[in-house]
Amino acid sequence: MSLAAQPGQLPAGSGAGAAGASAPVLRLQGISKRFGALQANDQISLQLHAGEVLALLGENGAGKSTLMAILFGHYLADAGHIEVAGRPLPAGDTRAALAAGVGMVHQHFTLADNLSVLDNVMLGTEPLASPLTRRTAAGVRLRAVAQRAGLEVDIAARVADLSVGERQRVEILKALYRGARVLVLDEPTAVLTPQESASLFHTLRQLVAQGMAVIFISHKLDEVMAIADRVQVLRAGKTVAEARCAASSPAELARWMVGQSVVGLQREQRPPQPAAPPRLAVKGLSAGHARGRRVRLHEVSLEIAAGEVLGIAGVSGNGQGLLADLLCGVASASAGQVLLDGQPLARMPRALIAQGVARVPEDRQSTGVIGDLPVWENLCAEALHTPALSAWGWIRRGAALAHARHIIERFDIRGAAGARRTGALSGGNMQKLVLGRVLQRADGTAPRLIVAHQPSWGLDVGAVNFVHGQLRAARDAGAALLLISDDLDEIELLADRIAVICHGRLGPARAAEQWSREQLGLAMAGASAGAGADQGLADAA
Amino acid sequence: MRLEPRAHIGWRIGLRCGLGALLAVLAIAAALVAVAGAPVAQTFALMANGAFGSVFAASETLTRAIPLLFTSLAATVAFKARLFNIGAEGQLYAGALAAVAVGSGALALPPALLFPLMLGCAMLAGALLLLGPALMKQYWGVDEVVSTLLLNFIVLLGVGALLDGAMKDPLAMGWPQSKALLPELELSKLIPQTRVHSGLLLGLAAALALWALLRFTTLGFDIRALGASARAAAFAGVPVGRTTVAVALLSGGLAGLAGAVEVAGRTSYVTLDMSPGYGYTGIVIAMLAGLHPLAVVAASLGVAAVLVGADSMSRAIGVPTYLADVVVASALLAVLVASMLSRYRLRFDRPGAGV
Amino acid sequence: MSLLDTLLSLPFWVAVLRVATPLILGTLGVLLCERAGVLNLGIEGVMVAGAFAGWFAVYLGLPLWGGVLAAAVVGALFGALHALLTVVLALSQHVAGLGITMLATALSYFAYRVAFPKVSTPPTIEPFAAMDWLPIPVLQQLTPLTLLALLLVPLLGWALYRTPAGLALRMAGESPQAVESQGISVARVRSSAVIAGSALMGMAGAFLTLAAFNAFFFNMVNGRGWVCVALVVFAGWKPGKALAGALLFGFFDALQLRLQQADSGGLPYQLYLMLPYALSILALVIASRRATAPQALMKPYIPGER
Repeated sequence: MSLAAQPGQLPAGSGAGAAGASAPVLRLQGISKRFGALQANDQISLQLHAGEVLALLGENGAGKSTLMAILFGHYLADAGHIEVAGRPLPAGDTRAALAAGVGMVHQHFTLADNLSVLDNVMLGTEPLASPLTRRTAAGVRLRAVAQRAGLEVDIAARVADLSVGERQRVEILKALYRGARVLVLDEPTAVLTPQESASLFHTLRQLVAQGMAVIFISHKLDEVMAIADRVQVLRAGKTVAEARCAASSPAELARWMVGQSVVGLQREQRPPQPAAPPRLAVKGLSAGHARGRRVRLHEVSLEIAAGEVLGIAGVSGNGQGLLADLLCGVASASAGQVLLDGQPLARMPRALIAQGVARVPEDRQSTGVIGDLPVWENLCAEALHTPALSAWGWIRRGAALAHARHIIERFDIRGAAGARRTGALSGGNMQKLVLGRVLQRADGTAPRLIVAHQPSWGLDVGAVNFVHGQLRAARDAGAALLLISDDLDEIELLADRIAVICHGRLGPARAAEQWSREQLGLAMAGASAGAGADQGLADAA
Repeated sequence: MRLEPRAHIGWRIGLRCGLGALLAVLAIAAALVAVAGAPVAQTFALMANGAFGSVFAASETLTRAIPLLFTSLAATVAFKARLFNIGAEGQLYAGALAAVAVGSGALALPPALLFPLMLGCAMLAGALLLLGPALMKQYWGVDEVVSTLLLNFIVLLGVGALLDGAMKDPLAMGWPQSKALLPELELSKLIPQTRVHSGLLLGLAAALALWALLRFTTLGFDIRALGASARAAAFAGVPVGRTTVAVALLSGGLAGLAGAVEVAGRTSYVTLDMSPGYGYTGIVIAMLAGLHPLAVVAASLGVAAVLVGADSMSRAIGVPTYLADVVVASALLAVLVASMLSRYRLRFDRPGAGV
Repeated sequence: MSLLDTLLSLPFWVAVLRVATPLILGTLGVLLCERAGVLNLGIEGVMVAGAFAGWFAVYLGLPLWGGVLAAAVVGALFGALHALLTVVLALSQHVAGLGITMLATALSYFAYRVAFPKVSTPPTIEPFAAMDWLPIPVLQQLTPLTLLALLLVPLLGWALYRTPAGLALRMAGESPQAVESQGISVARVRSSAVIAGSALMGMAGAFLTLAAFNAFFFNMVNGRGWVCVALVVFAGWKPGKALAGALLFGFFDALQLRLQQADSGGLPYQLYLMLPYALSILALVIASRRATAPQALMKPYIPGER
């Protein structure tokens, strides 16, 4: 399933209102913004015409979201000004931005789960002092807007009951309902299956044909090439390149994005491993709803041998979180069996640690580390109660501090003078801390099983390489690695075998060489491997 | 108006904010004294004198500080684990009652055995009172602030009922008080001719023990981790249920001990008015001390000084003693604001800015 | 009179409504705050302050409704302080609320003692009279504030669910990001809710001194504020159920008084007095198990910190 235009449609790049012929509908000039020591935006200028798609490309932290937040009035720029349709836009005023026709589809949806679609869209569209609300009229108008844009949604539905793709549609409708002429989408495909992404692009093309100007923020090169007319690359707060997509290539864009040719890890060719009894065997694991997880697990089964990597691919929200929670001891199963080297897997974190399970959680900031405690305590957190670091309930401070220092050195954790508050560490260093804590155990043993959930999310390239290197090293030392990730690149790089999870069901695992991207995408969307593209499109609605 | 994190957080800013808080509290107090029609400087001088002006005054301050020390330690350990125990008042009374129940002559045991038993029962009574709300929070998500608060009223009514009935002092001529504690069980006085008793030493020992517990033991780590981030702590293996129970036992126990020490050291009886809100004041002290057990000692003395000084001043010049309560409450709010302002800066946007 | 006769008699239900009135007003006040995402534990103190301010204003010569207004204004002022601490400065809502309760209570007692330094029996005022002019029997024996409280329930319900401001308020409690993304200031919405809610709490306190009793005395509020906080959870944050909860509480409170009078010398009277508080805890437990609180309740929102 490719993301390029389907046969019979206008190819990306020829929106109505040919770019350049008319005055720009949006112009940012010399925008700068500093947060303390960080220069998030440095003299960035940008132009956009009606019927045009501009991609803002850049790594995490390049300044894209800050720039758009300034446009939308969430932040006040230190310097620079903005014009919408030739008129200056008052700075720091979201209401003025909305009135001028700037609409934003946020990366993390700004929707109230417990209220209906109509409520969410109507908020702020009527004067607050008005004693009456005109719901029926608003409902009629919303349906008309949705139809014109080709978006289907039940306006009376509670947002909590909607799928992720449908929620994004509501976000778009919020902007359209208010008469947006510039639509900004911030990493919109991060939570979509490839099929849902295709559906989104279809919608965007339709809007663009009707004259909408679109800013598409992403760090995914293939999407940018598929949907955008022009691309502007940001790095470290500055514009480093501007180009027409037709005239550029993913490789060139990547170089601009990252700044140097970064040699990542390469896929290895490993000799075939001798058949061994599985280190981890999961049979028929089922679980009901858990806190914060919307999908149940149905009879999940998998096996991983020592020294092997099993990658579980899937779009976020299909049950991976619950599976990870189960194996990490923070959720309980309703049925099924999990065996570690033939023994039942423990159910509570402390016992799991004792069994040699290394757990890397999805959210390092809220689950992985205890932000207010010093670094050394976080490094020793899993082992403080063991004889290695304590005696009769009394912490052996010397041993603990030494252990912490050892990990800091070996994992090169920067900014971690042992007593500093852990929450102050950067994302990359925090992830190194988590890895170091679980891979370098206080009792000197090596982990038997590693459960890693999105281990490189939100990290820059250098940190990502480090994480992958450490995981590989641990695998070489004999651990079985269960890698759960929605980043197909990561899975393809590290996994020996890959299985796809969708709607709480885990498909069969096949050797990595036997999966093509297209098959992975189809499986992630729920269609069986080998089904045609039409089937995938039909499922994507 | 909005908050913006400060780039540099040095001790200078902390000091300035602290001084600002102090000035704000003094200003409020001065304003109230003026409204009451008394001369401000003289009033403050009388308060200071009443708190520290003589050996007797200082001894009164120390005496008042003793129950405050225990209740604020109770609040400290609970709040450290984010278990908001507002029920220290009721736990204090329960502990006092338990102490009298054990120590008024019902059991025929030598004093050497009876004394620790009495203290132990007091701690148990307080602990059990907090255990209920703690478990309700743990397993049913019931907000412990409201449940412990409501429990205070129930406990006080229960104490009243017992004082009228089962534990009534037959010699008291209608005044609602309990039977007396055996004289052998009373705490000795530290300074002759004053009321300050060895409960102070017990309190200081408790503060030291709590500090050591939190800093050096695995249980202490579990408590701090739980309070800092329950989710990350549970993930790292901290046993949440067990730790919550331990915190409840410790906190309730300390509050119960406050009641026992008051009975054994100051009153010898349980009466309905033996605690003018020590449980609640303890919470304020704990927050003022930043939840640090050793700082709690200083804060308890400080607040006790304000309370005793206000009592003495009120007798002399007539400004109502509630001035002390206003000072304590505004100190709490001022310290909170100061601590926030030392980490964030307040920005006033241009009018019309949307944020 | 047998128990059943008591339950069916008019004076009993009049008593129920009288006990329930401050609870209705207080619970509606807390409901407004919590629906916007702010836990307001200042209610106990604000009720004391409202009780004192309302009574004192009437003592100084204002008409009764002037006293109610004074109480509302005092409540709103403490609400403004609460909003400053929790919405603007994003302090812990638990601690700020408790601090305000302590401060408001202490200020009220201080003011009372300054105004009346030497009295042992509290001075009285002429409270609200019963509304004989109404044709409805039950309401005839009640005071106008009770009628106001009953009318406020549907009024507030309509305001919450059928006005744009009410939608904004509910959204602020569910997803402040959604509110900001539509160009509305979360701080303004939450502050308004807290100020309005606190005004209602002040009025709840005024009922005690201007209608239920006719003087101000210490420990008058006696935990009613906390009961309101429990009732909001019990009511699932809905105005209609808040009314039901308040009436239920009033029922049990009036009942325990009747039971006390009926039972001569049996159980200690304190046990009966405990009943309302124990029931409140029970209500809290039952409701908490299935509670769907506003999603952003107790999560301070610092705009710009994403």
